[in-house]
Amino acid sequence: MAKLLFFGRLGDLAGGIERSVGLSEPHSVAALIGVLEAGDRLLGSALLEDRVRYALNGTIVDRDAMVADGDELAFLPPVSGG
Amino acid sequence: MLRRVTIAAAPFDPEADIAAFRKTLIDSGAIVTFTGQVRPSSSDGSVTTLSLQHYPGMTERGIEAMLDQVAERWPLEAVLVIHRVGDMRPHDPIVLVATASAHRRAAFEAADYLMDYLKSRALFWKSETSASGRAWIEPRDEDYADAARWDAYPGGG
Repeated sequence: MAKLLFFGRLGDLAGGIERSVGLSEPHSVAALIGVLEAGDRLLGSALLEDRVRYALNGTIVDRDAMVADGDELAFLPPVSGG
Repeated sequence: MLRRVTIAAAPFDPEADIAAFRKTLIDSGAIVTFTGQVRPSSSDGSVTTLSLQHYPGMTERGIEAMLDQVAERWPLEAVLVIHRVGDMRPHDPIVLVATASAHRRAAFEAADYLMDYLKSRALFWKSETSASGRAWIEPRDEDYADAARWDAYPGGG
């Protein structure tokens, strides 16, 4: 299983901050978003917005990065602290 | 540069933390502190709850990397960063930044830089709950512009 994390408003769209997906073979971030989009178009398009970044096991990556079982992929919308 | 970074899930007392910070200092002549607290009102009316989310591990690593830059850029003796996560009420402290240096300029600038980073670049997500429901807050254009000021700063970094 790969662990998916949805922060900020993406968690509202995903129906929770965390989700597990079984990956029989590695998927690119883009392909994984495609799978999510097939189940939920609104979530899929939100994950593809320009300002959403992707972190694979704690490192910022682009949509070509490969995700495999055991990985943690986080979707990071625009941040706001302080 | 001594540093302490705390992501706090429970309320904290900025005055007590500032006093403790000051006691650790040996050489500094200047201390700058900034406290951010929950505003009781927003454009949607009165705020009942402000909630902050972070990405445990990655948020802390980001702040530590930013402090590495701060240490290179300004001659500071010590830095303190405390940032709340979880649910807060109006007037609760959200963030405390304290910097200490031999003279005031470095302490002022580093505290300003730290707050600009925490507002619009650190991995935190903020939502406000008011009578009209919950809304996720994004930095204002001004916050992005504030953070970008340092990119062109002649001191580099």
